[in-house]
Amino acid sequence: MFKDFFDISFNNLRRRKLRSWLTMLGIFIGIAAVVSLISLGQGLQTAITGQFSSISTDKLVIQNAGSGLGPPGSTVVEKLTDHDFELINKIPGVKTASPILLRTVKIEFNNKLLFYMMRSIPDDPKKYENYYVTQNIKPQEGRLLKSGDSRKVLLGNNFVTNEDFGKLIRVGKKIKIENIEFEVIGILEPSSEFLLNNAFQIFYDEMKEVLEIGDEIDLIGLQVDSPTIAEETAEKIKKEMRKDRDLKEGKEDFSVQTPLQVIQSVNTILTAINIVVIGIAMISLIVGGIGIANTMYTSVLERKKEIGTMKAIGATNLDILSIFLLEAGLLGLVGGIVGASIGALIAYGISSGANIALGADLFVVDFSMSLILGSISFAFLIGIFSGAIPSYQASKLKPVDALRG
Amino acid sequence: MAKKSKPREVIKLKDVFRYYHLGDETVKAIDGVDITINQGDFVAIVGPSGSGKSTAMNLVGALDLATKGSIYLDKVNIERMDESELAQVRGKKIGFVFQTFNLIPTMTALENVMLPMVFQRIPLQERRERANELLTKIGLGERLDHLPSELSGGERQRVAVARALANNPEVILADEPTGNLDSKRGKEIAEMFVKLSEEGKTVILVTHDPEIAKYADKIYRLKDGKIVNK
Repeated sequence: MFKDFFDISFNNLRRRKLRSWLTMLGIFIGIAAVVSLISLGQGLQTAITGQFSSISTDKLVIQNAGSGLGPPGSTVVEKLTDHDFELINKIPGVKTASPILLRTVKIEFNNKLLFYMMRSIPDDPKKYENYYVTQNIKPQEGRLLKSGDSRKVLLGNNFVTNEDFGKLIRVGKKIKIENIEFEVIGILEPSSEFLLNNAFQIFYDEMKEVLEIGDEIDLIGLQVDSPTIAEETAEKIKKEMRKDRDLKEGKEDFSVQTPLQVIQSVNTILTAINIVVIGIAMISLIVGGIGIANTMYTSVLERKKEIGTMKAIGATNLDILSIFLLEAGLLGLVGGIVGASIGALIAYGISSGANIALGADLFVVDFSMSLILGSISFAFLIGIFSGAIPSYQASKLKPVDALRG
Repeated sequence: MAKKSKPREVIKLKDVFRYYHLGDETVKAIDGVDITINQGDFVAIVGPSGSGKSTAMNLVGALDLATKGSIYLDKVNIERMDESELAQVRGKKIGFVFQTFNLIPTMTALENVMLPMVFQRIPLQERRERANELLTKIGLGERLDHLPSELSGGERQRVAVARALANNPEVILADEPTGNLDSKRGKEIAEMFVKLSEEGKTVILVTHDPEIAKYADKIYRLKDGKIVNK
């Protein structure tokens, strides 16, 4: 029985090929968007959390509260200082700690003045070696900074091609940082920390001196004895700093970020992004559904006489309803299948492109079968849902009126 | 003509009225009609346009319900039936033939003839065999897989007749079946109806063409919703 109605519905769609495809276009776009965006989102999440958990489960970052998203040092709260650094260094479980400066600086080259981010590199050889290794910092041109270097600067990978200053900055060239001359000693390989690709890096002491910072610190990065005590040590640090600053629990004006928290906050952001994009995709699906409803309405009007004939030769209201609902469902289903395939291709294309751009196989698209099957079923349901009212109207037509056409 | 010795009532219209309301006006399409049609009868309903003959056919075919009066199909009053029951009655007991053929354009000749059997839930194999047999009998055995658009008017109407016979109904109800055909094809169709009535089918033909009406055993003339002769 179902097969008979299926054949009838399928024949009708085939006869109106162009209109059927145009109707399904809305569903294509929606489902393709849903599948590609969710796959990419999941891939991104896997890539990011994978990176964090593999590299730095024993690293903590301390910074001023409320300065999470703006450039550190830009908010008016109590700054971290050398005093805090001393305090933290003494806490058991802390293996090494480095003060980090992260500021916007004035760069002059080729008679042009521009502002860029600058990050400090620890002066202590053990610490900067550790920094180079854990952040995977390698020179693409020239070399890295080492002890004894004076007025030398490292440039991020973007400067290989960045001509913002009118011409390229090459290794060996002199640039002015806050009016003090520095020599470019190296340009780095691309980093997975995108900030570093567009930043300048000099030794901590020099940065403090050049920017006349005093005893302020923007961030304190530290390594604990073992990843298993990361959370525990973070709590200890919080307690000590609260005591030192005479603050109540929950009223901290600083934050200690553990890897877990970083992963969590990244996940929160990714989830928020996912919700927004899925919302946009949903709008497109709704539009697609309206398209199906519109086509079904037109179809019912055009085929009034056919409906009348079928009723005259014995079709019940339920038969007519089934035929039309199936037709609407098929529009959704085929739209869903094609859309899911297109979406998978798009996701695959974007991830391949991203991997080529990043020069690493970071981005693995996560195609889950449940996502694909789920979105196809969803498209089918949208079809049925959108076709419900037109199909109901078709089934309720009086045979006499319908036969008149 | 071989008539049964004991005629059985197949259709009975008893004091039937059908009024329409168009704005403030009441159109009396059928204004008190009594007709009894027996099994195997070949009846023509004739009359000028607007005389109510199409309305009469819709009422007899259970496509429409009377404003007043009773209509019996096989002694069963169809007045109280709901739309699904009516659909089943139409599908089983009545075969329709329309002026404009009304074949489903997306279906082949064979599929069109099979369609009424789909609605009676007859298995595919049986449907195909019966449709094949019917089409072969009327000389379209070579055109089973042709779409209506690939058939001539006369061929289309023959497919429509085959479709009307699909569920082996007692009554064939034809509304101006020759209206869109030339006189030669029209005669062929009319002769098919004569043959069907000889085989025991009850044939009701609605037409305004006196040449075609002549084939019937009995002619009812309608005027302003009333029968003016018998």
